[in-house]
Amino acid sequence: MAKLLPKRDAVIIGLGWTGSILAQQLTDAGLNVVALERGPWRDTATDFNIAYMQDELRYAIRKDLFLKPSVEAMTMRNAMDQTALPMRDYGSFLPGDGVGGAGVHWNGHTWRFWDSDFSIKSHLTQRYGAKKLQGLTLQDWGVTWNEIEKSFDKFEYLCGISGKAGNLGGQVQPGGNPFESARSREYPTPPMKMSYAPTLFAQTVAQQGFHPFPTPSANLSTSYVNPLGVRMGQCTYCGFCERFACGNYSKASAQTTILPVLMKKPNFELRTESEVLKINLHSDGKMAKSVTYIGDDGIEYEQPGDIVLVCAYGLMNVRMLLLSKIGQPYDPVSGKGTIGRNYCYQTSSAARMFFDGKHFNPFIGSGTLGQTMDDFNGDAFDHSALDFVGGAGINCVVTNGRPIGNRPTPPGTPRWGAKWKQATVDGYNSSMGFSSQGSSYPVRENYLDLDPTYTDRHGRPLLRVTFDFPENDLRMSHYLSDQMEKIAKPFGAKVTTVSRIKKGWDSVPYQSTHNTGGAVMGSDPTTSAVNKYLQSWDVPNVFVVGASAFAHNAGMNPTGTVGALAFWTADAITKQYIKSPGALVHT
Amino acid sequence: MHPSRTVSRRSLLASAAALAILATTADGRNISGNLPWSPFAGDPPKPVNPLGWYFFTPGEAATVEAIADRLIPADHLSPGGKDSGCAVYIDRQLAGSFGQASRLYTKGPFAKGLSTQGYQGDLTPAGRYRLGLRALADYTHATYKKDFVALTPAQQDVVLAGLDGGAIILKLKPGFSTKEFFELVLQGTMEGFFADPLYGGNKNMASWKMIGFPGARYDYRDHIDKHNVPYPRGPVSIYSAEG
Repeated sequence: MAKLLPKRDAVIIGLGWTGSILAQQLTDAGLNVVALERGPWRDTATDFNIAYMQDELRYAIRKDLFLKPSVEAMTMRNAMDQTALPMRDYGSFLPGDGVGGAGVHWNGHTWRFWDSDFSIKSHLTQRYGAKKLQGLTLQDWGVTWNEIEKSFDKFEYLCGISGKAGNLGGQVQPGGNPFESARSREYPTPPMKMSYAPTLFAQTVAQQGFHPFPTPSANLSTSYVNPLGVRMGQCTYCGFCERFACGNYSKASAQTTILPVLMKKPNFELRTESEVLKINLHSDGKMAKSVTYIGDDGIEYEQPGDIVLVCAYGLMNVRMLLLSKIGQPYDPVSGKGTIGRNYCYQTSSAARMFFDGKHFNPFIGSGTLGQTMDDFNGDAFDHSALDFVGGAGINCVVTNGRPIGNRPTPPGTPRWGAKWKQATVDGYNSSMGFSSQGSSYPVRENYLDLDPTYTDRHGRPLLRVTFDFPENDLRMSHYLSDQMEKIAKPFGAKVTTVSRIKKGWDSVPYQSTHNTGGAVMGSDPTTSAVNKYLQSWDVPNVFVVGASAFAHNAGMNPTGTVGALAFWTADAITKQYIKSPGALVHT
Repeated sequence: MHPSRTVSRRSLLASAAALAILATTADGRNISGNLPWSPFAGDPPKPVNPLGWYFFTPGEAATVEAIADRLIPADHLSPGGKDSGCAVYIDRQLAGSFGQASRLYTKGPFAKGLSTQGYQGDLTPAGRYRLGLRALADYTHATYKKDFVALTPAQQDVVLAGLDGGAIILKLKPGFSTKEFFELVLQGTMEGFFADPLYGGNKNMASWKMIGFPGARYDYRDHIDKHNVPYPRGPVSIYSAEG
């Protein structure tokens, strides 16, 4: 029997980016909020210490800051007729763990999805006709660009994002991204300084008629005080960013932007090492009553709350709904049900160029030190004569020169022995790369559900991921690889390689921690789990916040849109829901 | 690797010292009204003791040293894998958390997987090394009537290329292939060669000097806009400036 605790106004599951933003906004509105975080407390001075944070083995290879599969694993398969098996180690993607979540060890690429993403089905149907989308379960998100733009602005100013606007109120700005949707004001801080590789990339692609611009970065070009009064420092280009926490207070995270304010509030409480097992519903099944969790003392508690905010990593949000029997699980055969629907990923490829006589210093880097061109992203280019929809951002970002993981050699080089060593020395400083980060569009057979066989340490079913790259996305990515080969030619490298993605998503090599969907937002309860305010259609005092709400994934990193959705949801709760609890959208 | 991380708050609560540290919070696990902070609460890595073997038998250690010296041969560019401490590094990793697979999902049932599903065997990395090294010794005795260490460098290269390329199949067990054994040893050797010296390999930061990686410096603001100019300073380690 779980020990019953006093009721709170709101219970937050997971204190990462979304949980911290919602906690901050809801406590500002006067609510009494408790957050339950499965992982440990983490803060910069003690846990991200500059004396030992630059340890590639510990953090990048042994994944010290990431979720351990022993705590929660997932099973995977490529198709419904296969048997899913557990990913015994996380490889292709690396979920976060502890306070700050994946926002601790992200790269900091901070994008806004476009107007044409939020209304993707309407937009593409109008431009190309419905036939173009056959086989895809693309759908509008239920929210429009004009509604959500202010929420992007709030997240960017919270973080101090370094960048250059490309479209201010409809006016295209030189030096920015001409393809972005109209923004209401400039970025809070100017772009980062550029090292050699992105500078050369920008020059060379601009000469080809493309539109490079500084990748919008949560690694700050200068010190910054955010609207909460929290101060951040200037990025030192240390080259230990993604997979690492920042020791310099230079990378936006819950720790560097919100927690110093949030943690001092008397109407906020955090319980760490407390794992929520399920959300409990009232006997009529219409409203959530409480959550059950195991505290760090091993005791099971029941925490009642008027509102439950599901703010874990997107994949875990979906699992929490399935374990709590909230909403109808998605059935890929009939296409009915919503929980687990429209799971998407990212479709990427990479180019590398080896030069004679150039010196790139790859170790001078940061998660977002680079240049992007969006000429082939989303619907920035005409797809009329092409056999796919979607696209990719092409990024030249110098994240690191850490040598266990990053020792590029030309194709055909042995992997050991004397020839390997000479090629490693030759390639380390004299090569540069760029990559395409492509969209991932939903299809009927890619989905999430509970595994029938494998369980976690508490005996609960693991999440099962059924995914492979859809034909549409493979055609898109191969087209992008073709473009990258053309783009690379004028660089005049001695050797150039461009990868081509293949059918058969492999869970072992790292690809991207951009898992989206499974509890998607929308305006139709038969195809979405949550409404435009990320409120459960089925249980209206449950909000499910994160990339789980993405109805598809674009050729961009998700965190900017995740942060905007958190502010958007917080506004809906504080301005609408608490005045009149109940469904915010009626169908 | 970092045992202090695995100590649960529960066991810490048993000690009076821990109670004093946690006195600023409501009751230890609940945090409200402040940013919890206590002095000296960081979790720095502990440099390995370079002497002796913690996991390997002397025979296994000699074999791994010989392998490391062929994967990374000594030449004008750097010392070899043995003198760089790769086997010491692997030994300490296998004796610790990595060797025991303590962070991995190790529940059954164990089934043969697709290549996209990754390693599905029931052996820990330590168990894989033990079995793999024994099977390698069986192979070299059956083929050359010698230990691996007693083969000529050219013969050793033939054996390693055979493990890598599929020409040699060791007697291992279902769910653990010869190729997986080779990849495990190759990855461990490279980790030892390129990781911070505090883990027992990369002696004198030789690999970092070889490729021009400045190690743990953490601030390049003075060089970010010096394009196409070599970085002027040598490496530093978390362990020490000399590595």
